Amino acid sequence: MIDVSSITAAPDIFPATSRLTASNRWDHFLARVGWKRSEHRVKPGLYALGKPTPESPVFVTANYTLSFDALRSAVDGIDGYILVLDTQGINVWCAAGKGTFGTDEVVQRVFATGLKDVVSHRKLILPQLGAPGVAAHEVKKRTGFKVEYGPVRAADLPEYLRTRQATAEMRSVQFTLRDRATLIPVELVHIILPTLIVAVILYFIGGIVSSLAAVTTVLAETVLFPILLPWLPTHNFSTKGFILGGLAALPFALTVFLRHPDWSWYRQVGQALGFLFAMPAVTAFLTLNFTGSTTFTSRTGVRREIFAYIPVMAWTFAAGIVLNLAFAFIR
Amino acid sequence: MFDAYAVNTLVYHPELCNGCAMCTAVCPHAVFEMNGRKARLVSPQACMECGACQLNCVTDAITVESGVGCAAAMIRAALRGQKEATCDCS
Repeated sequence: MIDVSSITAAPDIFPATSRLTASNRWDHFLARVGWKRSEHRVKPGLYALGKPTPESPVFVTANYTLSFDALRSAVDGIDGYILVLDTQGINVWCAAGKGTFGTDEVVQRVFATGLKDVVSHRKLILPQLGAPGVAAHEVKKRTGFKVEYGPVRAADLPEYLRTRQATAEMRSVQFTLRDRATLIPVELVHIILPTLIVAVILYFIGGIVSSLAAVTTVLAETVLFPILLPWLPTHNFSTKGFILGGLAALPFALTVFLRHPDWSWYRQVGQALGFLFAMPAVTAFLTLNFTGSTTFTSRTGVRREIFAYIPVMAWTFAAGIVLNLAFAFIR
Repeated sequence: MFDAYAVNTLVYHPELCNGCAMCTAVCPHAVFEMNGRKARLVSPQACMECGACQLNCVTDAITVESGVGCAAAMIRAALRGQKEATCDCS
């Protein structure tokens, strides 16, 4: 009798190259504009990049196409294995925070792919930003594989592999102008429909100027704020938002005097103040929400901002609306 | 002026440190530095409470309250009366 329980097929190893095709680049563009956000996925499992041998390095990444593609294109010319974890199509750092790029998933994927029988060494190179979800010593205990945290950015991998030492620069996360600007399209895509709806409603209530005010408020947050972030005064995103919103509101406040010279002075001032109160409050609320898209705000800091400034936003917004409505009826 | 980011929940106990330097490897903002055979907390205000150091410290010398830190999630949790915010916004 043949003992069939001992016959198991070796798990599949999928081929991978370092080449990014036009189709890949189109997929990246769609991801960057927020099209089908959670569907930019790669099948989890073990991939062979080039012609790896049992001594070749094993790189670990998330099953988000941008993560997988950044990794494989960065190690062009290097033969290795890529262990793709199932992070539900979420990038490394966010998945690590959620726990899906985590100790359990690393362990499970190592066993599911039969990695022990594929490579002779016992080392896994993980992206540094997987660390919030992975306890390196736990992985070692449960799989025998030692976790080595590689650089933050895949682009630094070739240099890292030469020295096996990460420089301070490789280990630090910035938030450059380019990083910030990359966020603008997806922010715009999410906010454009609600903004247009509000603009249309405001057109019927307050005319074209009110519509423009709404659109300006939103554009200030989505486009100007990411660009100007480090140069706006104060550390708090709410107060930066109040300042930016105030600046955006100034032209509107001034046009009240230019467009309605026939109004009484208190009606002019009331309307102008309406813009100066309502617009910054909305901008500040939106910029406070931008904290989640940055690489450096702490949970404690955001919570403190919420408690300190949400009431201020609510009161100034209400004051702005009341002023606008009051002077619609008072002549 | 009030700076919301002037404080955070990062706590480091140097007496528990075994010198493995994992905290310096995993931190994205160089909060820790090696000082001989012990880690030193050099930039506590730069800490974003991601929790990587806590999770990778074998001796539990570091504690920090990491968790979902996005304003929208925290506001939503507060409005729904939930204790902890979750990430499922998409």
